[in-house]
Amino acid sequence: MARSIKKGPYVFHKLMDKVEKAKGSNKKTVIKTWSRASMVIPDMVGETIAVHNGKTFVPVFITENMVGHKLGEFAPTRNFRGHSGNRKK
Amino acid sequence: MARIVGVDLPRNKRGVVSLTYIFGIGSSTASKILAKAGIDEDIKVQDWSDENVREIARIITDEYKVEGELRSEVQMNIKRLMDIGCYRGLRHRKGLPVRGQRTRTNARTRKGKRKTVANKKKATK
Repeated sequence: MARSIKKGPYVFHKLMDKVEKAKGSNKKTVIKTWSRASMVIPDMVGETIAVHNGKTFVPVFITENMVGHKLGEFAPTRNFRGHSGNRKK
Repeated sequence: MARIVGVDLPRNKRGVVSLTYIFGIGSSTASKILAKAGIDEDIKVQDWSDENVREIARIITDEYKVEGELRSEVQMNIKRLMDIGCYRGLRHRKGLPVRGQRTRTNARTRKGKRKTVANKKKATK
């Protein structure tokens, strides 16, 4: 079921604080977060957010098209290297 | 010959069924269109008057996105997903199911014909 519109998009509050701080200062900093369930909101556009994939932080540069998706969608948790003996191609 | 938005409609079928031959029009949209045009759903295409055909064509071109335009919109949506590098986009790129279905078995619609890996033992030697 979709989330109620009344509540607005879900963004982890600590991530929200960090985004606002980064917006205020013009320096380009990478924001680390474990909050994969947070929605990408327009305020984040232009920021680089490092999203945890369970092992490392994957840097994601947020563009306008990404608004409305969840952060976790941009940091894959599985790493498929191909089958054995499938070396060509 | 009833040609609507570049598609030939089968003449010997009921109006509602015929309209669904257009990409982007299903049975529910088809009956809405016919209701709006004031044509009975059960009248066959060959019995439509030119007036009827023109009215239907007008309703479709004015109110619905069909055929090429709709196809390109769908392609655009997929392209957007691939460009932003999100999970759904990656699945589209690899030609695997996008909505979390299993891939250990089945998923043949997306993956295509089975590719048998012959002599796996030799390959790993």
